[in-house]
Amino acid sequence: MSAQAHADHGAPTSFVRRWLYSTNHKDIGTMYLVFAILAAFIGGGISVYMRMELMEPGVQYMADGHVWNVFTTAHGLIMVFFVVMPGLIGGFGNWFVPIMIGAPDMAFPRMNNISFWLLPPSFILLLLSAVMDGGAGVGWTIYPPLSSSAGTPGMSMDLAIFSLHLAGVSSILGAANFITTIFNMRTPGMTLHKMPLFAWAMLITAFLLLLAVPVLAGAITMLLTDRNFGTTFFIPEGGGDPILFLHLFWFFGHPEVYIMILPAFGIVSHIISTFSKKPVFGYLPMAYAMVAIGFVGFIVWAHHMYTVGLSVDTRAYFTAATMVIAVPTGVKIFSWIATMWGGSITFRVPMLWAIGFIFLFTVGGVTGVVLSNAGLDVVLHNTYYVIAHFHYVLSLGAVFGLFAGFYYWFSKMTGYEYSETLGKIHFWVTFTGVNLTFFPMHFLGLAGMPRRYIDYPDAFAGWNMVASIGSYIGALGAILFLVVIAEAFIAKRRAADNPYGEGATTLEWQVASPPPYHTFDDLPKIK
Amino acid sequence: MASMATLVLDLTQTFRSRIARLGMVRQAASLGLFAVLVGAAGTAGAAEPQPWQMDLQPPAGSIAEMATDLHNLLLVIITLISLFVLGLLVYVGVRFRASANPTPSTTTHHTVIEVLWTVIPVLILIGIAIPSFRLLYYLDRTADTDMVIKVTGNQWYWNYEYPDEGLAFDSYMVDEEDLQEGQTRLLSVDNPMVVPADTRIKLLITGNDVMHSFFVPSLAVQVYAFIGRTNEVWIDVPAGEKTYYGQCNQICGVNHAYMPIEVRALPRDEYDAWVKEAREEFAMTTPTIQSETLVLASAE
Repeated sequence: MSAQAHADHGAPTSFVRRWLYSTNHKDIGTMYLVFAILAAFIGGGISVYMRMELMEPGVQYMADGHVWNVFTTAHGLIMVFFVVMPGLIGGFGNWFVPIMIGAPDMAFPRMNNISFWLLPPSFILLLLSAVMDGGAGVGWTIYPPLSSSAGTPGMSMDLAIFSLHLAGVSSILGAANFITTIFNMRTPGMTLHKMPLFAWAMLITAFLLLLAVPVLAGAITMLLTDRNFGTTFFIPEGGGDPILFLHLFWFFGHPEVYIMILPAFGIVSHIISTFSKKPVFGYLPMAYAMVAIGFVGFIVWAHHMYTVGLSVDTRAYFTAATMVIAVPTGVKIFSWIATMWGGSITFRVPMLWAIGFIFLFTVGGVTGVVLSNAGLDVVLHNTYYVIAHFHYVLSLGAVFGLFAGFYYWFSKMTGYEYSETLGKIHFWVTFTGVNLTFFPMHFLGLAGMPRRYIDYPDAFAGWNMVASIGSYIGALGAILFLVVIAEAFIAKRRAADNPYGEGATTLEWQVASPPPYHTFDDLPKIK
Repeated sequence: MASMATLVLDLTQTFRSRIARLGMVRQAASLGLFAVLVGAAGTAGAAEPQPWQMDLQPPAGSIAEMATDLHNLLLVIITLISLFVLGLLVYVGVRFRASANPTPSTTTHHTVIEVLWTVIPVLILIGIAIPSFRLLYYLDRTADTDMVIKVTGNQWYWNYEYPDEGLAFDSYMVDEEDLQEGQTRLLSVDNPMVVPADTRIKLLITGNDVMHSFFVPSLAVQVYAFIGRTNEVWIDVPAGEKTYYGQCNQICGVNHAYMPIEVRALPRDEYDAWVKEAREEFAMTTPTIQSETLVLASAE
């Protein structure tokens, strides 16, 4: 295959060779994006079904609380591992990191192939874990003893563990690939301090993955041996401790949330700069703010565990450390606004998503500051306030980043222009829907509504009704998204190589839309 | 040691009144609807969530008051920050739209403003951290309590044990079809945790199977219940006869939503009468802890 491909630099004509055996970063990126969109419809569909159940007090649609628990577990794991990570890292990372740094492809193209192809089996295992032996109803945090053989007998939990193993291997291989690519394959003249911020974001994300995911792998392997081979890492009767699992999980889990948001930071920086027709304000502080966020992300994990019985001094440390994150995050928010300041701003669809991202991420960020207070967390921990907080930073943050990037690079990836009007309708419908869904959850949480409940006291009915209506509007937005894509492919409006003009300065706008199968015949020179 | 504790308490109270004033400013400034809703929540008979509630449940006892004060302070700060960012976005969106400002500037650095937006957040965070730590360390003062109740989480009920009285009993949710007049669906239980009003109570919280979490929002108490581990927290039950509702707050299986917590505070004489009655029904055959040991422990 390679000899032939190298000869004419064209894509293999055989479907199997082009996609199944793919070693091309753009094709693999496309497969990641298609995969993420498919998974998003499953994970998002589950969430709409859950909102239907919660629309009124009482149990309407589901058999019992276990079914509910299975759905919360599946929704969380799908959205984290099969939507946001493949979309932002595998999709946009694969597509644009090599182009932005002037590399012809990723450093290890075959490893890139296996990174992607581990995901479908992983996803199938996860879906099986939801239906085999009654399903794993343990929450995405899979805390033992509920996830141990005493709490969840049967193979469903083991399938979920294997699913996470495969997804973890996929992530680690992808991370090694990005780090190697970015360190070794930058085009001459592109020093790290000249590298676009999206590449910076991917580099930091890759390091977080490399350091965090093995810890999860270890934890779930210990859980697996606890379940099947008689070890007692997390079982007190044998001298173990469930809290060990919580520490290990969150040592992974907190960096994981930054893994999901850092690529979105990178995308938003590019979009804000492009549509303001100005270079990014404070490029180096922007890059090192991400480094700082990534570093601090590793030393704050126990703020997820304020109510497990940690000593008071430990909680004080984690309160202080967690608050520190607000500082580099603030630098990024204000730098984005400063990038717009004095600019010549056009409000194309990607820009709407990016500005929406900035504001909604701010809202999610400030509630994070509230939650960082260990003393106050006793009334907020595990309530819907937390649900509101992390959906504001992830669902309205990372997912807005996904949409922003999708619209920004759609013409580059496909060669077609999407309809500006339809895109704007999609944005405003989604914006309305998700805010209506998640903002009332702050009120529910303050009033004390616990998370992972199939049914709730009648007093919570009002805001739950509002949130459910919001989720239906969000679902309409998701359908509109498909309409936007379909319309673009049917209308086939040819896109210019650089449709955005002088503001779009990174290398992907110097190549054709879509870029040739082999991007750079000659390495671009950076002055 | 004792004088230091008093000092901390005094500081705490000074702080609290200061924050209470801030809270009032906020309430006065907020929408009329908002104030009405909060007011409605405040007049309820039992400490439970109210329809369309938008704020914390009315605090009961010193811990919850401090937590509510801190939250009210934070709510002002985060609302101002969010509005500030929103205002800036709207301003740049209008002022620097392409039609109004066709030629973009090329400014990419401004040292003074970069220092400011780093230093000012740090100062705000320090301002938050001081009351936050005060609350956190106040939560930890379990030694100053008057009595002990041991709480055990089970799938899917709570067990309450009164070692000093030799009492222990299980507490199950009242099913929907068995609800009596005045009981609340998903919150009322058959045997509530009865406590004397105006008392500081140490809770020893443990579990028997999977994880649970003992969570009563109005009393500002939440701690996980683990097997093989006993967590210690305290609640400050205010004076007056009142029922405080809470729910299990850590996913624990099929009936996670169906193991509520009902804490019923009674005046001392009624509580004593309840204990006498309960001794007949709920007597433990072998008390797990000797009361003398406990007195020693709580006197240190």
